[in-house]
Amino acid sequence: MDQDRRGFLQDAGKFILLTGAATIAWDFVVAGAPEQAPNYVATDHWWGMIIDIDKCIGSGNCVRACKAENDVPREEGCFRTWVERYRVDPDDLDHPLVDSPDGGYDGFPEIDRPGDGLKVFFVPKLCNQCADSPCTQVCPVGATFESPDGVVLVDKTRCLGCRYCVQACPYGCRYIDPRTHTVDKCTLCYHRITKGLTAACCEVCPTGARQLVDLKNPEDPVHQFIREHKIHVLKPDLATGAKVYYNGLDGAVR
Amino acid sequence: MAGVQGFIYPNEVELQWSVLIVLYPFITGLVAGAFILASLERVFNVSAVKPTYRLALLTALAFLIVAPLPLQMHLGHPERSFEMYITPHRESAMAMFGFVYLWYLMGVLVLEIWFDYRKDLVLTWKSATGVKRQFYGALTLWADDISPEALRIDDKIGRFITIVGIPSAFLLHGYVGFIFGSVKANPWWSTPLMPVVFIFSAIVSGVAAVMLLYMGLCWRRRVPIDMGCLDTIAKYLFFAFVIDFSLEMLDLIHRIYEAGDSFGTLDFMVKTRLFVSHIVIQICLGTVLPILLLAATQMIRLSEIARRRIYAAAGALTLVGIFAMRWNVVIGGQLFSKSLLGYTTYKMEFATREGLLPAIVIMVLPFVILAVLLRVLPPWGDEAQLAGNKA
Repeated sequence: MDQDRRGFLQDAGKFILLTGAATIAWDFVVAGAPEQAPNYVATDHWWGMIIDIDKCIGSGNCVRACKAENDVPREEGCFRTWVERYRVDPDDLDHPLVDSPDGGYDGFPEIDRPGDGLKVFFVPKLCNQCADSPCTQVCPVGATFESPDGVVLVDKTRCLGCRYCVQACPYGCRYIDPRTHTVDKCTLCYHRITKGLTAACCEVCPTGARQLVDLKNPEDPVHQFIREHKIHVLKPDLATGAKVYYNGLDGAVR
Repeated sequence: MAGVQGFIYPNEVELQWSVLIVLYPFITGLVAGAFILASLERVFNVSAVKPTYRLALLTALAFLIVAPLPLQMHLGHPERSFEMYITPHRESAMAMFGFVYLWYLMGVLVLEIWFDYRKDLVLTWKSATGVKRQFYGALTLWADDISPEALRIDDKIGRFITIVGIPSAFLLHGYVGFIFGSVKANPWWSTPLMPVVFIFSAIVSGVAAVMLLYMGLCWRRRVPIDMGCLDTIAKYLFFAFVIDFSLEMLDLIHRIYEAGDSFGTLDFMVKTRLFVSHIVIQICLGTVLPILLLAATQMIRLSEIARRRIYAAAGALTLVGIFAMRWNVVIGGQLFSKSLLGYTTYKMEFATREGLLPAIVIMVLPFVILAVLLRVLPPWGDEAQLAGNKA
């Protein structure tokens, strides 16, 4: 092969550089971690979620993914997200039958038979990322706060564990982590969404019933979705500025 | 899930606030109430209650010292509680606790007690020897001027502090009521009446506690009870109780008549899980019965011994009733789901950090502190007796 010393050094240099780049990229692939997103500007975003009730099949994928992604304890009473099954008797709308076995972690056992006459549907729940959140209002040290991009977060190094925020949340979205004795809640997978990924629950939803949305992004399909559907938030009378929008929410849902 | 009926949100399995948080409003209520009784004599010149003036102040102090303890025990990270002073979140009702507490302790109670006792402290300091002399010297801050002019100024300042102290006592306990009353997520708590009900129930419990303490201490010291004093206290207890009961009934009737979306849930809870503690203990035994007993003493001419017994029974029932009221607010407010579709149960533990045992210790502690305070600062202190002690 006819190659001078200069050509050899150039080729060797390219090889080393490319291998190095591949090695770094491979490290990220193996770790499952996305690249850092140094260009993320919090004030350019306003995060929320759309939940399409008719699409939810109660698989529990979102609950399992959330627990795995966010290291949520498998103990009773520790959920960042959960799924409720509503069974409504058309003759008794005020008293829906609701269950959520283990938060819907393993899905839902079949309990209805055709001809029962009940209206059955699933309602995924999570922190509503309220713009006027009663939970952040009551925190005595400001350990929980609304980020500039509209996500309610908790600084675990400051949380006293007084549980006032748990009392103040109308949706039951907060719990005390028994390992740290501090409060924990859904962050919309903040570590993922600030790097251009979607939340774990949305990622794994088999029917696309849950979708992370950026209300500040004019390109986001959320705007069209809101225009074209009858959407609703949970407990609107409490004026919390909830940003989890439900499509097809039944009046029986609390 | 044991003890759960209907549907509750999965995160609602565990009750967040335990019996320790029941003690917190109970104890601060006693503080505020005792202080209001003391101020009757000082500001409103109700001289009949003078024998209990100092006892009421010391009772308030003993309970106030213990007041933050149940909160501290309850925190997941008590070592971080000081952050409330350094970086308070000004929008939070709870963040103000430290400031309200410190103001009441140092700005009102300790100051008032100091000015009131200054003459006694100086006399004891001057007549004592050794360690006792050093101790009382330190308590007076080595200021020994007890000339009539100095005492006149003391009295003036003491009166001023009491005037400031009355709204402060209202603030202390009204604020505790606000902590609950402002939680819009909880229909059992969320009412603007909550702070007002808390203030009047505080007055009732504090007055009843001091009345019982006064009777108990007289019996212990084998001195006759000043019946004029006792009758007056009982009269004020009766009046305060009638206002308190009216406010609570107003709240109840309003809820029943309005029958909002949460009414069915709360109504069911009161008739089942809260029936004994709310209807039987709080309303029947702890409110209606003592009011009737006190009313009887106001309307029927009874012998001294009969009145004493009735006052003792009414006072004890009152304290049980007010404790039940705190229990029903704090625990009752957590027994139903915010989904309004189900109920849970409070399982009190015993020898754990938030169990019954620490609760009992916390309730005994103020009496231990009071016993020490009564030795250091004898409230019976007319000078003749003080001189007698010295001799």
